[in-house]
Amino acid sequence: MTAVPSDSVGIVVPQHVAFDTPLPLSCGEVLPRHELVYETYGELNAQRSNAILVCHALSGHHHAAGYHDAGDRKPGWWETCIGPGKPLDTNRFFVVSLNNIGGCHGSTGPSSINPDTGRPWGPDFPAITVRDWVNSQAMLADHLGIDTWAAVVGGSLGGMQALQWSIDLPDRIRHVVAIACAPRLSAQNIAFNEIARQAIYSDPCFHDGRYAERGVAPTQGLMLARMVGHVTYQSDDGLREKFGREVASGDLELARDVQFQVESYLHYQGRSFSQRFDANTYLLMTRALDFFDPAREFDDNLVRAFRDARASYLLVSFTTDWRFASERSRELVDALIRARRNVSHADIDAPYGHDAFLLPIPRYIDVFSAYMDRVAIETTEAARR
Amino acid sequence: MIHAPSELRQDLRLISEMVPEGARVLDLGCGTGDLLAWLQAHRGVNGYGLEIDHDKITACIAKGVNVIERNIDEDLSDYESDSFDLVVMTETLQAVRQPANVLDEMLRIAPEGIVTFPNFGHWSCRLHLAIRGRMPVSGHLPHAWYDTPNIHLCTFADFEALCTERGLRITRRLVVNGGYRPNRFINRWSNLFGNIAIYGLARAQSRSTVPRREPSS
Repeated sequence: MTAVPSDSVGIVVPQHVAFDTPLPLSCGEVLPRHELVYETYGELNAQRSNAILVCHALSGHHHAAGYHDAGDRKPGWWETCIGPGKPLDTNRFFVVSLNNIGGCHGSTGPSSINPDTGRPWGPDFPAITVRDWVNSQAMLADHLGIDTWAAVVGGSLGGMQALQWSIDLPDRIRHVVAIACAPRLSAQNIAFNEIARQAIYSDPCFHDGRYAERGVAPTQGLMLARMVGHVTYQSDDGLREKFGREVASGDLELARDVQFQVESYLHYQGRSFSQRFDANTYLLMTRALDFFDPAREFDDNLVRAFRDARASYLLVSFTTDWRFASERSRELVDALIRARRNVSHADIDAPYGHDAFLLPIPRYIDVFSAYMDRVAIETTEAARR
Repeated sequence: MIHAPSELRQDLRLISEMVPEGARVLDLGCGTGDLLAWLQAHRGVNGYGLEIDHDKITACIAKGVNVIERNIDEDLSDYESDSFDLVVMTETLQAVRQPANVLDEMLRIAPEGIVTFPNFGHWSCRLHLAIRGRMPVSGHLPHAWYDTPNIHLCTFADFEALCTERGLRITRRLVVNGGYRPNRFINRWSNLFGNIAIYGLARAQSRSTVPRREPSS
């Protein structure tokens, strides 16, 4: 790596916290103790009123911004939005990003050791819901001395956590920014998740999820799962623009050993993902996505789900996102209006599908920045009172 | 937290005086959100604006005004009947594809509406067309005919006839001049001398007798 860019938070050091307080889970089980790995960017102000929680999506983790060491090739996954002068401006906000429980980047999850058996949890790790994540994130907030988040922010599954925060702990959150999000998954979404799961189950190295004990990993299955997922995060136009029908190798003329660019790209994405991600975590995360449905316990009435919320909301969707389409954000907007919550919605025209939320699209950044400016002004005004 | 403009344009001020304290307000084509910011700060309304212009949407967000990116011509049917107290539409009527349909929707979504639009029957428009034989271009209607967003221009008389036809009751009418100020003279000869009118609308007494028509265009 060359010098760290001036709009980056620079070198960051992940931190760990262990909670010995039992965490009751939605599935009825109790996690007796758990560890979280997290990073923070910026400074918490004296009133502790400028804290922002960043929630990660399916394959994300705590390393959202900056670099771990000077040799890092790539920054954190949301470098486009976190840093000095960026929407989550670290000159003004104290940004907290964690790896959720069930994850595989240092927080307690299926690849951690189960204290009862001395072996990896594997498939015995309890099912986790978005609500469980919120509760565990609240424990982290307590640990950091944060009563109320100025905002909870996330894209995709991360946005769902932000929504759940506003429903479950309305007094502890002032703003929700939910990007490329949905009030719940559609049958098509669940179908794609199931294909991904079946790819993992059918890998001979899966061993009913106990692969770690045998020193193997279902990388082939995980690679397939990621390839399916990756296609659904892109748009038709985006893939066409990026690869068209370009041939990577072989001879189209003779129809021999042909590999299109898009194929080799998918192989690369799938392979690199399968080497750094845990299959049981992937299963757990897709399940949490499938189960998310805050309206369910309110007679399928999303308006009622938001009735006791107190936060203000910014929703951002992308026109070519067919995984969590703009229409899904509109469902949320309509419910929030009916629930009399403050809400704004921008539908960003961008050709990059669902993954657009990770990209520096000018209008998206403008809208996000404008909203966060308001949050910052409010935070300052609240501090003066 | 809302940052309202310290000065509100005169016509918007007149509108704001017609809005009850604490009302739920939907503003169709809310622009940069000045009216809603004012109403939120001074009248405690729960307001939402619909807008499609990207820069205006960002301006609303920067002000702390609720703004939804929605096309008035396509998406009003999503809003439940009587889900608002008041629907406002300022200087947008002339730019929608189906004005009659939008008016019907306004008075379905809320029992009351406020509509403002520029008067195509103003003497200067009439004179422009009569003398020069060209489509009028003025301060309020600055676009050439071929690239104007104002595709459904009408006179005050046209609008009132439409309201009668759609079973909408005109509860109030204020006419202002080019500087957005009211005066007695133009009130008397409004269709000739008024630049912009502010109409208060309500449903006809018995709503069930209102003939529901398909959009006319």
